[in-house]
Amino acid sequence: MQPILKVENLTKVFKSNGRPDFTAVDHIGFELMPGECLGLIGESGSGKSTVANLITRLTDLSAGRVVLDGQDISSLSGRGLRDAYRKMQMVFQTPTESFDPRRRLGDGIGESLRNFGNCRAEVKERVAELLVQCGLTPDFAEHYPHQVSGGQCQRAAIARAIAIEPRLLICDEATSALDVTIQKEVIQLFGRLREQLHLSILFICHDIALVQQFCDRVLVMYKGKIVEEGVPDEVIQAPRNEYTKRLIESIL
Amino acid sequence: MTPTVRKPKIIKNSVRTRLIVFGILAVLLVICSLLSDHLTPYDPYLQDLSNAKAAPSQQHVFGTDRYGRDMLSRVIVGSRTSIFSTLLLVAIITAVGTVIGVFCGWHGKKIDTVLMRISDMFLAFPGLVFALAVAGVLGGGLHNAIFALAAISWPKYARIARSQTLAQKETPYLRAARLSGSGTVKMLAKHVLPNIIGPILVTSMLDIGTMMMELAGLSFLGLGAKPPIAEWGSMMSENRALFTTVPWITLAPGLAIFISVMIFNLLGDTVRDYADPRTRGR
Amino acid sequence: MAEILKYDRVDIAYNGRRVVTGVSFDLQPGEILGIVGESGSGKSTVIKAAMGLLGPSGTVTRGDIWYKGKDLPDLSPAEMRRLNGPELGMIFQSAGASFCPIRTVGAQLYESMTEHESVTKADFTHRACELLQKIGFEDGMRILNSYPFELSGGMQQRVGIAAAMLMNPSVLFADEPTSALDVSVQKQVVEEMLLVRESFGTSIVIVTHNIGVIGAMADNVLVMKDGQMVEYGETRQVLDDPREDYTRTLMAAVPRLRRD
Repeated sequence: MQPILKVENLTKVFKSNGRPDFTAVDHIGFELMPGECLGLIGESGSGKSTVANLITRLTDLSAGRVVLDGQDISSLSGRGLRDAYRKMQMVFQTPTESFDPRRRLGDGIGESLRNFGNCRAEVKERVAELLVQCGLTPDFAEHYPHQVSGGQCQRAAIARAIAIEPRLLICDEATSALDVTIQKEVIQLFGRLREQLHLSILFICHDIALVQQFCDRVLVMYKGKIVEEGVPDEVIQAPRNEYTKRLIESIL
Repeated sequence: MTPTVRKPKIIKNSVRTRLIVFGILAVLLVICSLLSDHLTPYDPYLQDLSNAKAAPSQQHVFGTDRYGRDMLSRVIVGSRTSIFSTLLLVAIITAVGTVIGVFCGWHGKKIDTVLMRISDMFLAFPGLVFALAVAGVLGGGLHNAIFALAAISWPKYARIARSQTLAQKETPYLRAARLSGSGTVKMLAKHVLPNIIGPILVTSMLDIGTMMMELAGLSFLGLGAKPPIAEWGSMMSENRALFTTVPWITLAPGLAIFISVMIFNLLGDTVRDYADPRTRGR
Repeated sequence: MAEILKYDRVDIAYNGRRVVTGVSFDLQPGEILGIVGESGSGKSTVIKAAMGLLGPSGTVTRGDIWYKGKDLPDLSPAEMRRLNGPELGMIFQSAGASFCPIRTVGAQLYESMTEHESVTKADFTHRACELLQKIGFEDGMRILNSYPFELSGGMQQRVGIAAAMLMNPSVLFADEPTSALDVSVQKQVVEEMLLVRESFGTSIVIVTHNIGVIGAMADNVLVMKDGQMVEYGETRQVLDDPREDYTRTLMAAVPRLRRD
C-alpha cells in the first residue's frame, strides 16, 4: 500500500544575522499510511510544530522531500500547492485565533469550498452539515470567534479542516489549549471523524498520555531529530532512547 | 459570625460617550465647512475700506481686516480650504503609506529593504525645509503644499502598515486561509487589510490636527494658499504686520485653528482608546 | 493547630457581576492546598482576592479572608502592600515576564527586598545564595549575576519561587506555576515547591488545571466549577474516590499514562 504521506530527509535551518544558524528540523523521515494515526511528541523547541509547517508548506523547506499521496509537493507553489491542500488540512493549537476575528465562523469554514468553486447556496448548506457533524448546531455559522467558547471554536476549526474532505489531517497541539473535559470530547470527535471519513492523522502533541490513548504509532522528537519510533505502549513501557526515558519518568 | 457584606465597585465605561461627543463635534465642523457659503453673515471677499481694521463689535464679531472684510465670514469660508485640504492630505498619506507598507510587509526580500530605506530618507528630512524646496521647484500654492507634506508624511503609515502586515502573516487564521486555497489577493483583501486598518485609521485621526497645523504653517510662510483665498494660516500671515496695532485681527483664524485641531486630536485619542479592547472596557 | 489563612463564605464580583460564590477553606501552617478547575471556574480569582490583586473593578462583596487576625478585603492598599512579599508571597505563570530584561536577577531581587526591609548588599547576597542552595541551585552566585534571558523558562520559574521565598512569607500563592513549562521541567518546579515547604514550613496555595501537579504535591484539594466549590477534601480521596459527579467527570477526562 502506498503511504499517504512520505517525508524524506526533511530539514529546516533558520538563518539569522549575527547568530549561528539554528537547525530546527534535522534530516527527519517517516511515512504515514492511509487510515493511520501517527503521534509526534516532543517538548517545546523540539521542532515538532515546524514539521507541521514544513509538511503543509507554510514554511519553506531547507532540504528534503514531502510526498503527499504519491505526489512530490516540496517545490509546488501557487495553484499546484492550492490543489495539494484539497488532500491535506490542519487544525491549529489556538482555536479562537485560527479564525479571522472580523469574520463569522461560517465564512471561515466555507472559505475552502468557495475557493474550490462551490456556489454560495451549496456552501451554506454544506457548512450547516459540517457544523452538525462536528457536534455544533447550524446557527454557529453566524457567530464570531470571540462569541463562542474555546471548545466550540475548535469544533468549528475541525469542521473547516474537513470541509473539502481531505485525506490527511494534521493536528498541531489541537487539544492543548482546551480544558480536559473538552479535550476528551474533541478527541472523541477526532476518533469518530477518522472512521467516517477514513482520515489519516498526524497528531502533534506534548501530552504523552493523550498520544498513548489516541495514536497507533508514535515518533519522539528531540532537538530536531526523531529519537524513537514505535507503538505507544511499547515506547512508554520500554523506552530505548535516553531522552525518551527521562521524558516518561518526569510525567507526574 | 455572619460574613461581612461589601458594596461592589462598578466602573462605568466613558469611552463610548466621549466618542459620541467628539464625533458629533467633528462632524459639525465638517458640515460647517461644507455649508460655509450659506453661513457667512457678510460676503467674505467684499472690501469696505471705510470700515477697515474695525474692532470686534455687534456687527463684526471678530472685527474686520485691513480691507474692511468681515473676519468671521472669512474664517467660516476659510474652514473649507483648511479642513478639506487637511482631510485630503491625510487621506493621501494614509492610502499611499498603507499600500506601500502592506506590499513591503507581504512581499519582503529586496524590494522591502529598498522601499524602507527610501522611507527612512524621507523620515530624516526636516518637513518645512522639504516643503520650501518643493515650493522653490514647483512654486507655492495649496496643491504643492499638500504634495510636499504628503511626500514627507507617508513613511510613518508605511511603517505601521508593514509591521501590522508582518504580524498578520504569522496569525493562525491567515495560515488557515492559505490552507483553504485562498490566493494572495484574496488573503490581503479579506483578512489582512480589514485587520490592520484599525490602528492605521487611529493614526490618521491623530494626524489630522498635526497636518492642519503644518498646512496652516506653510500657508503662514506664504507657501500654501494664495490670497485672496481665505485660509486660516494665510489669514494670520496677511494680518501679521498689523498685530501690534490691532491685536484682535489674528484672533479669529487663531481660534479657529486651535479649536479644530483640539477637536480632531481629542477625537483621535478617543478613537484610539475605543479601538483598543483593553481600554474599551474601562 | 490554628489555621494561618481562613476563607469564610467569600463572594467576589467584577463590576457588580458575581464570579465566585461562597468559597470557604482553612489553610494550616505548612499545608499545601490545591485549587483546581477548568477555565472560567474562578480559581485564580479566589487567590487574587487574598493578594489584593482583583483590580479596580473587582470586590470581595461578601465574606471574610482572615490572615493573622486581619480581614484582608478590608485592608487599605498601603497595608496590603506591607503584607505582600514578607507575609504573603506570590508566584505567577511566567516568572520570566515579571523580571526586567536589562538588569541582572540579583539586582532585581535586591531591589524588591529593600522595599520591605533595610538590608546591606553583602547581607542580601549571603542570604540569597544560601536560599538558592537550599532549594537546589548549586551555584547561587551565577544565578544572581545572570540576566533573565540567560535562564531557561524552567530556571526563571524556579528563580521566581526563590524570589518569593527571600522574604520568607508564611503563605505562598502560586497561580498556574507549571502551566507554561514542559513536563520534564514541571517536575523540577513541583519538587522545588515541596522543598520550600520542608525547609521553611511555608503554607502553599496552588491554583492549577493540571491534576498531575495537584496529585504530586497537594495535601488537600478544592475543586471549583462556575465560581462555586464542588468538592473540598483530602487529595487522595478527591482524586481517587471523588464524591461529586463533576469531580468524577473531571478525573475521568484527564489522560493518564498507562505504564504497566
